[in-house]
Amino acid sequence: MITILVPTGALGAGMTAAQVERGISLGVDAIACDAGSTDSGPSYLARGVSKVSREAIKHDLGILIPAAFKAGVPLIIGSCGTAGTDSGVDWTRDIAIEVARENQIAPKIALLYSEQEKLKIKQQCAEGKISPLAPSPSLTEAAIDDCNHIVALMGVEPYIDALQQGADIILGGRTTDTAVLCCVPIMRGAPAGLSWHAAKITECGGLCSVNPREGGVLFRIGSDHFEVEPLNLANSCTPYTVSSHMLYENSDPFVLVEPGGILDVSDAVYEAVDDRITRVSGSRWNKRPYTMKLEGAGGGAFQTIMFIGIRDPKVLASLELFETRMLADLHKRVETAIGLHAGEYDISLRFYGWSGVSGQPPPAGTPTPSEVGVMFVATAETQEMATRIAKTCNPRFFHFPLDRGMELPSYAFPFSPAEIERGQVYAFNLNHVVAVDDPLELTRLVWVEFAATTGREAAHA
Amino acid sequence: MPRLGDVCRHIRSKNAGPFWITVDLFFRDDESYRSYKDDPNISARCFAKLYGADESLIKLIQVDSLRVVKVSYPRPKPQGWQGERDMHAGQQYVSLLDVELAAA
Repeated sequence: MITILVPTGALGAGMTAAQVERGISLGVDAIACDAGSTDSGPSYLARGVSKVSREAIKHDLGILIPAAFKAGVPLIIGSCGTAGTDSGVDWTRDIAIEVARENQIAPKIALLYSEQEKLKIKQQCAEGKISPLAPSPSLTEAAIDDCNHIVALMGVEPYIDALQQGADIILGGRTTDTAVLCCVPIMRGAPAGLSWHAAKITECGGLCSVNPREGGVLFRIGSDHFEVEPLNLANSCTPYTVSSHMLYENSDPFVLVEPGGILDVSDAVYEAVDDRITRVSGSRWNKRPYTMKLEGAGGGAFQTIMFIGIRDPKVLASLELFETRMLADLHKRVETAIGLHAGEYDISLRFYGWSGVSGQPPPAGTPTPSEVGVMFVATAETQEMATRIAKTCNPRFFHFPLDRGMELPSYAFPFSPAEIERGQVYAFNLNHVVAVDDPLELTRLVWVEFAATTGREAAHA
Repeated sequence: MPRLGDVCRHIRSKNAGPFWITVDLFFRDDESYRSYKDDPNISARCFAKLYGADESLIKLIQVDSLRVVKVSYPRPKPQGWQGERDMHAGQQYVSLLDVELAAA
């Protein structure tokens, strides 16, 4: 049996030392978790910064690094710094070194980078090695140029390479969530289908259990099945919670495309071992030519926002009319005062409490709300222009009457200044895969050397 | 006519990568699942109309063991575009609650 401890679904989400200790006491071969995702939108990849605070990452590494070192098992973290850019790996490295020093230990740390240079991606594009994924079109040079950062999702091979060279800790750039968790089992010869499936089930930590907030899980892989068990004794992984995790954030619950193959769980069988542990068998791995998914994001226009609250019952009773009239008035004002025309800027009004999320008026007969919040969003080519638009609209947005001839109302606004410069709008520009001859071709391994207590760390390739 | 919200015990929506949204319809029991899993109003065409998605790309998958119909559709615009209102797409399912089902 090969046992992997998955202490959390996302590094920085929080964990307790007691639970990690309990997991280790059951006998584990590695501790592994993921630190990133595209879930929170394109900004983190476009800027190469973490969504999670340094303190939250340090809290979790502060538990995991000494625990893994003491137990003598590797600690493997993928997609460092949310987006897995080189900057995200380096940011996490610095926190890891700080934790190691504070514990007066000197683990051997491997850094795996998978950020790509635009020139390299353009060459691969020209060589026909890059294919689009639905619903995106073929890759163009312009789409590559629009990215600030491009990362390739690593599979298990770079991790196995670092482990075979003796890594105690691996801090990886962007990696498929699953590869981080199944690299050790695959390295030790566990069946690939079971390994990838176990990793998929446990990639979100406790989300495959009855009480997802009760911390992490572990999985054990044998020759013909794997088992999933929660770290908390009061929690359970049932055949239902385990199998239904295949639905989560997954467009197809039976098939998962990974670097070098496809996981097929159509015939998987989920059985209860007892009331806390579930056994899974029948997962298949179909080898395919090796591809890596590419993610890329860059910045575009800028936005400035304002916000008001409305309680006026007459306005609330005629929100659609109010919105139409206000939007027309704001556009007219921008055209007159600044000289901008439609297409050169955008104004969006979002009526929270009425239609702010859906963007559609609610069905006829929907009761009038007691309050609504209206967000004004100006979008323009520069931050300065977005703010000029907001400031130009300011008096109208805050005092727009439902009908001409009414006394000018004042809607409730909470901040002064009223306009908030929100920054740039970022976009995901890549939804493609690149074919590689060698799984390590687009990845780089760098070792960190540092003294446990004093001195400067030095990284060498 | 029953509504989807009545015959399911849980409905959820979530981003599945930056370019897709996936919806899980957890039917209330075996009978609800059997009666409505093939309902004409749970179709690619209906989802295309409701969410402005490309009908030809929509995936409908029945998961018998969980009594779930999963529907995945491409986002009309990638996650985080300038008019984004629901980054995780976690509130998109609400439009489904009142979908009326044709089958009896």
